[in-house]
Amino acid sequence: MSESLGIIETQFCTLFEPPHELALKSGVKLGPITVAYETYGQLNKDKSNAILVFHALTGDAHAAGFHKDAKKPGWWDDMVGPGKAFDTNKYFVISSNVLGGCKGTTGPASIDPKTGKPYGLSFPMVTIDDMVVVQKKLIDHLGIKRLLCVSGGSMGGLQALKWAVQYRDHLASVILIATNYRHTAQQIALHEVCRQAIMSDPDWLAGDYYGKSVPARGMALSRMIGHITYMSEKSMDEKFGRKLIGKEKVGYDFSHDFEVENYLKYRGDSFVQRFDANSYLYLTKALDYFDLSEEGDLATVFKKVLASFLIISFTSDWLYPSYQSKEMVRALKANDIDVSDIEINSTYGHDAFLVEVEGQSKLIKHFLTRIEKQPHAHK
Amino acid sequence: MPTNSESNIRLDHQIILDLIEPNAKVLDLGCGDGTLLSLLSKEKQVRSTGIEINEQAIYQSMAKGLTISHGDIDTGLTDYASKRFDYVILNESLQQVLHPQTVIFEALRVGKKVIVGIPNFCHIRARFQIFFRGKVPVTKQLPYEWYDTPNLRFLSLKDFRKFCKKNSIKILKEIGIDNKGIVPFRPNLFANAGLYVLERN
Repeated sequence: MSESLGIIETQFCTLFEPPHELALKSGVKLGPITVAYETYGQLNKDKSNAILVFHALTGDAHAAGFHKDAKKPGWWDDMVGPGKAFDTNKYFVISSNVLGGCKGTTGPASIDPKTGKPYGLSFPMVTIDDMVVVQKKLIDHLGIKRLLCVSGGSMGGLQALKWAVQYRDHLASVILIATNYRHTAQQIALHEVCRQAIMSDPDWLAGDYYGKSVPARGMALSRMIGHITYMSEKSMDEKFGRKLIGKEKVGYDFSHDFEVENYLKYRGDSFVQRFDANSYLYLTKALDYFDLSEEGDLATVFKKVLASFLIISFTSDWLYPSYQSKEMVRALKANDIDVSDIEINSTYGHDAFLVEVEGQSKLIKHFLTRIEKQPHAHK
Repeated sequence: MPTNSESNIRLDHQIILDLIEPNAKVLDLGCGDGTLLSLLSKEKQVRSTGIEINEQAIYQSMAKGLTISHGDIDTGLTDYASKRFDYVILNESLQQVLHPQTVIFEALRVGKKVIVGIPNFCHIRARFQIFFRGKVPVTKQLPYEWYDTPNLRFLSLKDFRKFCKKNSIKILKEIGIDNKGIVPFRPNLFANAGLYVLERN
């Protein structure tokens, strides 16, 4: 039966120490890089049961279990744990915070060892490709040569996809959830509005707000926009409808009348507490830059791929619509690659990848069971 | 569909199982809960893929350890390169697709051979109902009323043969089946269903 992993502690390691700095895609060198990561379950003797999971835009290394004294578990606790989709009784699950993040891994809010001050905008632009190189180094550091599976939703899916191409000999399977191989104009546009909300906040100070007041209004606004894109019209209507907050009638003024307004404000405000504005700018930019097909069409890029794929999308997700998953499925099939795909019926919009646990758990469990049995999985 | 009582395998599945060589690459269009593909994987070690439209059926297929793609038969084949599969199976699904001709042509493009299973709408019992009772037939094998049938196409074994001839499709095998087994004599009259192995001329 499913249960929680209990108390989990985030671990840290330092990689790319000078003179072995990481050469970023932009050409700039960066190092040392601290990586925050967590692991769940036990690595088996031949180190063949490791699964790497990737968080979405504002996630962190804390995927499952509880931090000490915390009321809320990790962001994927529904899916990672004993008896769950990524069953920690069988698998060794690794989750790390991305490069450029603000939850323990080096990012714009980290101290630049050269100046003793936070990087701010002097932090180099990082890409999904760079994040993946750092993750590979972490896996090397943990002594794991080949992963049973890499998996993530949304931004996590982009990383999984990059892994499949970049490190094809080091993984057996890939699970992509509610993701795309490149951002469309609409996805970039939505991010740009979010970035502009932050950058036009007078408190942003060109990224040099550390030790002063954070660009709270910009961040909150950005998050409000984000949350609208994570839901569907239907899920918003089901959750809020036109319900008013603590009043019988609308106020005919600009105070909040509707529950949905309150919800967005709450989401916005809590985001200010938990995330770094610059990190948000860097990560959204990394997402927008990502294009797996930049060196040729997708079917050509997938020629390199060896892994088996499971690709999941959701009917009401308009941020990463199903047709984008289907494009990847088509390009994989054109290369005779083993791919299963499903569009799960859901009203939750993009949020579905975190919410629709039952269907996904079944699919992932059965998929992983098959992958384990494949002869090449243990080579 | 009758089953082989010893192994509990459906007769049409048993026939398809006997038709397919070990280690073949097989695509099942409208694979449902994956029973046939699972059988083929176990008995013949085929490398299989299924295409299925129903979400719940996909969960059941995945539980059997199969590779399944979510999609409909009418559009699902364009993704595959030519002659990618040794066999493409269209069992009890052809009569429910919108563009059966395109589907058969596409199946013959991506598969070296195509196995088609169709219900025979001109079985003697059906003919009897039309002729003597003046009603559209409802039988054990064709259980639907006109208003709730999932079937879009109504054909007989003879109609199918004619279609193949007209389109230069070679029928390598025709097997008529009824409740008890294979129907060797006048299948268009006595078989509930027909199984065909097709090839492009």
